[in-house]
Amino acid sequence: MSSTSLTTGRTGRPSLPRRHVPVLATLALLLVMYGIGVSQYRAFSNIQVVFNVFIDNGFLLVVAVGMTFVILTGGIDLSVGSVAAMTAMVSAALLQDGLPAALVLVIALLIGPALGLLMGCAIHFFDIQPFIVTLAGMFFARGMCTFISDASIPITDGFWTAMSQERIGNPAGNFVSISVLIAFAVVLVAAYVLAYTRFGRTVYAIGGNSHSALLMGLPVGRTRIAVYTVSGLCSAIGGILLSFYTLSGAPLIAIGMELDVIAAVVIGGTVLTGGSGYVFGTVLGVLVLGVIQTLITFDGSLNSWWTKIVIGGLLFAFILLQRLIGIRFK
Amino acid sequence: MKLLADRVRPLTGHRLFWPALVLVLMIVANTIYRPGFLAVEVKDGHLYGTPIDILRLSAPLILVALGMTLVIATGGIDLSVGSLCAISGAIACLHISRSPDQNSLSTVFTALALALGAALVLGMWNGVLVAVIGIQPIIATLILMVAGRGLAQLTTEGQIITINSGPYRAIGLGHFLTLPLAIFIALAAALLVAAFTRRTALGLIVESVGGNAEASRLAGIRSRRVIFLVYVVSAACAALAGFMITANVSSADGNAAGLWIELDAILAVVIGGTSLAGGRFSLSGTVLGALIIQTLTTTVYAMDISPQTSLLFKAVVVIAVCLIQSPGFRARFRRRHGGAVPGPAASQREKEQVPA
Repeated sequence: MSSTSLTTGRTGRPSLPRRHVPVLATLALLLVMYGIGVSQYRAFSNIQVVFNVFIDNGFLLVVAVGMTFVILTGGIDLSVGSVAAMTAMVSAALLQDGLPAALVLVIALLIGPALGLLMGCAIHFFDIQPFIVTLAGMFFARGMCTFISDASIPITDGFWTAMSQERIGNPAGNFVSISVLIAFAVVLVAAYVLAYTRFGRTVYAIGGNSHSALLMGLPVGRTRIAVYTVSGLCSAIGGILLSFYTLSGAPLIAIGMELDVIAAVVIGGTVLTGGSGYVFGTVLGVLVLGVIQTLITFDGSLNSWWTKIVIGGLLFAFILLQRLIGIRFK
Repeated sequence: MKLLADRVRPLTGHRLFWPALVLVLMIVANTIYRPGFLAVEVKDGHLYGTPIDILRLSAPLILVALGMTLVIATGGIDLSVGSLCAISGAIACLHISRSPDQNSLSTVFTALALALGAALVLGMWNGVLVAVIGIQPIIATLILMVAGRGLAQLTTEGQIITINSGPYRAIGLGHFLTLPLAIFIALAAALLVAAFTRRTALGLIVESVGGNAEASRLAGIRSRRVIFLVYVVSAACAALAGFMITANVSSADGNAAGLWIELDAILAVVIGGTSLAGGRFSLSGTVLGALIIQTLTTTVYAMDISPQTSLLFKAVVVIAVCLIQSPGFRARFRRRHGGAVPGPAASQREKEQVPA
């Protein structure tokens, strides 16, 4: 997506840049899975099936975009699922208290980045591993959820229900929700930032070699703090979309989401050690997870726990693929 | 005053001082809040009371944390232990539930052997991914963490398998010498691991691999084999913990058994003073850390706060412990207090991470 021309061979023979291999593998996998779906189930070819994948996974997509930033710097953010849940919970609680929707949106969208900023500062200034800091963030956010309420809080606010039920569609009757459009907007902004801004370049540079980046005079610390803030913001947006989707805030919602998100990013071809990957790949990764879910739902005889096993298997396959590519070109 | 400070310093400098202090403070706070906290009574020849309960309930966590300590000492991490608990518990309970005589010892031992075998195979899988293929430990074990819950649910077919087996129940609730059997199992495991690592060179080897795997390899240590081994040990410990967790409730729930125990275990290890970067470890610290976490959990329950909210307290503990351990934070803190302790020497202790 960004700098393809940098590595294209000069020989004229169309050579495949190795960093595109994982993304292309994901694309191939996605097409194969869709092909299987279409050949097995007639209803699968309905375009609404694809739209539903987006509708059901819009929040996952947004959160995964934030995680892509973090993983590109070589870090990891385990707090995303809990932060999304907390955002949904806070919104639901504030709406229940009768605050106006606009104010609730602002507050909800501020909490996530604030937590991300704090975590980023702890990681940068005190040199604590991202893994453990974001683990604490995950504990904190999940604890806050039940602290706010033990039970699920329904949302009846007009704005929320409108956002939830609005259907944007074509005359043929296919539609997407507003959440999908928001998710796409986030994807486009993120892709632009990563590919064409100084900040994006610094993110890749830190992931490639943070020491070199520092010696080059890049603002490593500031950028590192910023990516966790971005991830927090994306989790917060994801949480809002989640509350649009479920029209409630539940304390136990989105448990284990961080793993789905990491899986999506990895399957999308972003290398976990950082420095290589694209937002576009993450979109494909989320689609792969969504299509697996849809296939298993269509099958009917397979139980939902197969989803976890298949995701685990795919995660393994893609990490192996990345590893093999890494060894071959070393 | 100065003299006192000098006398106290060796004590505060001991690596178990802070965890022990935290534990004591928690017990004191509990006793003030609930005077009956420390009361232990004898009923039917067994000891009962909150302290005994804490010991009994912390047994699975101690087991998991022991394996985790070794893994972390090599600079790795094992996220799959929770899933392994669920899988081993599910397999054991499944075998027992299908046998005609659930109370026969041979059935229970077959079940334990089957489940332990499965856990060892999965541990080897983790070991191969990390040591042979060279995948980052977080991610390598993440695979089994995600897929493992699916496998556990597959084993139980999504049901909660209930069993009615006296010998199996004993693993979690049985008594020996007036104390719960679980305590002895955890203690035996701790002593076994301690004997292997501290009475032989194995512990030193593990630490050297954690310090710098490549240098250890060049020095003649089979780094890969050591790394492989710690994941297998960790899986075995997780399996034992899985037996206890399922025996406690006489049922196996693929979804909930061992949920989040990996995080508690990592927390216990970190509180115990083992650096997450690897290179040194403290088994006694880990046991102390596990006791702290179980005391915290029990305290929070006793205060009628929901289990989920206890996470909030755990978060505070994690951050506090990490900050105290962070050289950067300590240096800052000392500078502010005008201490002449050389901070940079500690904070510059950077380490070369080598994918094994």
